[in-house]
Amino acid sequence: MSARGPFQDKPSIRVEALTLSRGGRVLFEGLSFAAASGAYVEVHGSNGSGKTSLLRAIAGFLKPSAGQVAFDGVEEPALATHYVGHANAVKREASVRDHLRYWAGLFGGAASEDFIAQTLDLGRVLTLPVRVLSQGQARRIALARLIIAPRPVWLLDEPAASLDESGKAVLNELIASHRASGGVVVAAVHEPLGATPSQIVRVPR
Amino acid sequence: MSAFRATFQRELLLLWAGGGALAPLGYFLGATMLVPLAMGPDRALLAVAGPPLVWIAAALAVLAMLERLFQADLEDGSLDQMLLSRAPLELIMFAKGAALWCAIGLPLAIAGAPAAIALQAPVERAAMIVVSLALGTAAFIGVGLVGAAVTASVKRGGVLIALIVLPLFAPPIIFGASVAAGQDVGAAISILAGCALGAAAIGPVAAAAALRLQAE
Repeated sequence: MSARGPFQDKPSIRVEALTLSRGGRVLFEGLSFAAASGAYVEVHGSNGSGKTSLLRAIAGFLKPSAGQVAFDGVEEPALATHYVGHANAVKREASVRDHLRYWAGLFGGAASEDFIAQTLDLGRVLTLPVRVLSQGQARRIALARLIIAPRPVWLLDEPAASLDESGKAVLNELIASHRASGGVVVAAVHEPLGATPSQIVRVPR
Repeated sequence: MSAFRATFQRELLLLWAGGGALAPLGYFLGATMLVPLAMGPDRALLAVAGPPLVWIAAALAVLAMLERLFQADLEDGSLDQMLLSRAPLELIMFAKGAALWCAIGLPLAIAGAPAAIALQAPVERAAMIVVSLALGTAAFIGVGLVGAAVTASVKRGGVLIALIVLPLFAPPIIFGASVAAGQDVGAAISILAGCALGAAAIGPVAAAAALRLQAE
């Protein structure tokens, strides 16, 4: 699919001496790492160590108490990231197709529904509301955002949660093709996804 | 498709799909229906005091549905996606408010005609009451967006919303009630239009600012 990259400008991110705190408690201090174009960074750490907060800080939702996140080779940092969090951002009453169209409008992409449905094996349930689907299928809908609009930096929080074996395989394929086209993937995981990370960032406790 | 249109369509769909758009309408008609029962059979008394009460019912009907307005978006991660949109959050909030007005404000305004007539308003005044309610609900929704956004992360924030929003509902209610009572209709409609435009301009901006803080 041509709409997905390649990212000519070699997008990369640098996390510089980042300190994050939540609710008055410091999660970690002085975390630094860099992810170049084509990198796949796995973020490891125990529960409550701040993996999710790190991803949210990179996405720009969470203001760091010190340090910064710098983007290179992207036009507009605020529009450079896709964030797939714990919550799938799906609405129970809306159908799969409604979600794809909504996100295509929101992110400015083209919802080539057939391609997305086929890639994520959602073709049979395209017109059904999310409330009758399984957790794994809802996760696949959330992953569809990654395909709808090409964005250089993917921030994935436990992306394989509730996915079955074929779902994980699809996820790994998506990540591989995103890296091949020059994108950056940062994923917080407990269990390695399967693909070999170019770098492992351990969030200290 | 633009982000504005996408948001507008989605909000309309969600409001209708969940049946959420019918609840305020039922609330409004139910409340106005109870007024004559409570006031007794004196038609003269009802003709004087009844019509302005459609405004109380409309304000409370809008208020009742504000609590869940952003809570769901915050909990299910939809707000994060809105923040990552290519459109500014302010515009998305405006789209959300516009959808709310179409799904709830306009039906309330139209239902205001039979409700006011049932409360002994003269039939020739019904059109003005519909116009004034359409403007008034726009003002309620614009203000309500802010109240709902400020309390989005508060569990059981309904009481807090009422405390924030009800004082700001006062100007539209004052001038709306004067239209319903048939006094100074032209001037009151102008002021209501001002309230609606002001709320539509300021509400989405303030709501977006409040939601950005809560996205952490």
